Amino acid sequence: MPNVKVLAKRQEAQVRFTAGHSLCAGCAESMIVRTVLNSIEAPVVVASPTGCLEVSTSRYPTSAWNVPWIHSAFENAAATIAGVEAAYRALVRKGKIKKKIRFVVFGGDGGTYDIGLQALSGALERGHDFLYVVLNNEAYMNTGVQRSSATPRGASATTSPAGKAIPGKPQDRKNLTEIVAAHGVPYVAQASVSNLIDLANKVERAMSYQGPKLINVLSTCFLGWRTRRDSAVTMAKLAVDTCYWPLYEVVEGVYKVNYKPKEKLPIEEWLKPQGRFRHLFKSEEGKKLIAELQAAVDRHWEELLRKERCTQGE
Amino acid sequence: MPPKPVTLSGVHFMNGDEAVAEGAIAAGCTFFAAYPITPQSEIAERMARRLPQIGGMFIQMEDELAAMAAVVGAAWGGVKAMTATSGPGFSLMMENLGLAIMTETPCVLANVQRGAPSTGLPTLVGQGDMMQARWGSHGHYEIIALAPASPQEAFDLTVKAFALSERFRVPVLVMTDEVVGHMYERVEIPEEVPIAPRRKPQVPPEEFLPYKPDEDLVPPMACAGEGYRIHVTGLTHDERGYPAMDAEAHDRLVRRLVEKILRYREEYTFWEEVGLEDAEVAIVSYGISARVAHGAMELARKKGLKVGLLRLITCWPFPDEIVRKVAEKVAGLVVVEINLGQIAREVERVACGRAPVVGVYHAGGRIHTPEEVLSGIEEVLKDAG
Repeated sequence: MPNVKVLAKRQEAQVRFTAGHSLCAGCAESMIVRTVLNSIEAPVVVASPTGCLEVSTSRYPTSAWNVPWIHSAFENAAATIAGVEAAYRALVRKGKIKKKIRFVVFGGDGGTYDIGLQALSGALERGHDFLYVVLNNEAYMNTGVQRSSATPRGASATTSPAGKAIPGKPQDRKNLTEIVAAHGVPYVAQASVSNLIDLANKVERAMSYQGPKLINVLSTCFLGWRTRRDSAVTMAKLAVDTCYWPLYEVVEGVYKVNYKPKEKLPIEEWLKPQGRFRHLFKSEEGKKLIAELQAAVDRHWEELLRKERCTQGE
Repeated sequence: MPPKPVTLSGVHFMNGDEAVAEGAIAAGCTFFAAYPITPQSEIAERMARRLPQIGGMFIQMEDELAAMAAVVGAAWGGVKAMTATSGPGFSLMMENLGLAIMTETPCVLANVQRGAPSTGLPTLVGQGDMMQARWGSHGHYEIIALAPASPQEAFDLTVKAFALSERFRVPVLVMTDEVVGHMYERVEIPEEVPIAPRRKPQVPPEEFLPYKPDEDLVPPMACAGEGYRIHVTGLTHDERGYPAMDAEAHDRLVRRLVEKILRYREEYTFWEEVGLEDAEVAIVSYGISARVAHGAMELARKKGLKVGLLRLITCWPFPDEIVRKVAEKVAGLVVVEINLGQIAREVERVACGRAPVVGVYHAGGRIHTPEEVLSGIEEVLKDAG
């Protein structure tokens, strides 16, 4: 399993994702991308749909990508990588490529949960050999913080503004990890920018399987969450410690919760530092909504633990 | 504090995107479905704030296919419905735009054009979707497209777009662009804006045929829940709305969909003429490019060149007669647009050799400079000898 030393050594050997990109100072995405790429030994080909990562790493005449990289449209990164991977298989079959090459997608929540879901589902069903990494910052940050189906209930976004008519986003977030698990693919996991070694281990484990794999990584966006610029790791850690964002994996249908906090923090701990939830603390209605969010977190956490017990055959 | 008025009036300082949103609200739009895309998002964000204030509905959809489909559904649900997007989203909306044309669904679609093809230049201007506006969905059809050149006009034309969509039961396109969308200017909103009525059946439900047109070829529209049996389909259909799979029915329907628009050009053909009375050269332009062209015209006049401007406000159906009349009396035409020659082809078609046509093009990313346009004017004058 990779540790800090191994990751550092690989970073020295080949910088796959260089410095000098224009992601915001304090953005979690570069940490995630670098950790993922350093956790794969084989040569990689990367695809990215439109999003923060794409615009910030590929502005002409510069590029942060020291690996082959293809930018698709917004809805079709999974379909694009499916084409690349199928072409690779054809070339291997003809004997024109001998070495093992791995295929990775980095997509945001907008390009994955929403507009890209159909392409993702198709690629999962067809069984292409690729790893899809979701940089989940819970809204359309690149276009100015519009809500997505990954945005939590109650969050104020520019297209779900908190006010008299609605208390932020009225709907619950979509559970993409479980949707992917339901496709019966060999490996699905949730990870967080706060636990990079856990992420590295998950990437390595994922890459030991043939077929579609997905890791949904929580990626703090201080701009959209309206938190401190230096809070990428601490906010993500609070999400994990409140069990809002459990770290778990589903390996060939078997659930494993990778981290069980000794003391499960109340959801307020994660909500409170975020400006997008500020309004919830100012009214009775808001406080009721916080209680409902807590109940939803508890329910999902219990459900997850039950799934772990059931699938591990205890 | 007194409650803020839900309908704005008076003088405001706003950008073209916000003006589109306010125009829609003034025109009676109560449903807006969209998907985030630069440089359109300000329209969606404004609608997300404003529609709940007036009891309307804003829905952010999972993509642009869904946004346009929701608009079609909402219009059939009985409300005035709209969406807005930019290039890539415009492409995704094309199938459902065709559905709206075939089902004669009144609705409005604003396209804030940016540099293209593909993802292109998300934050920078383009006018490269003009032909897509005309022919982007499959099949033969007519559609109305208006091109605002200022935030004020973005407001005014969005209001007009709703009226025309109800009048003709056709989707109407507001073909704005990134510069107009993000430009802040004075926008005057009248106290009252007439709300265009939807044409309703005049016969009892048992006699109603949902696609039987009135004399002007436009059928009255009954919506869900009004007691009339309706059958909405994108398949070729007869007057009852049932699928009719034969060449005659198809030809009859498509001809009517085209003819109901083309027969009434004077109702939706808008344009502006500046200095054309004595002009030897006419600039033909639209949207933001027409404003640069106006500056170029003034430069040319200062140099003693007789130059006028024909600003197209309605781009589709193409105003053949208006352009032809100008082509007949000038020595040359200069077309200014932020693409490599789309509306220019129409100008050439209509001019039909009466006057040479010179294009001053830019592929996108910025607007022209007046000097660039001026050199086009000088070129056409040289050609005209």
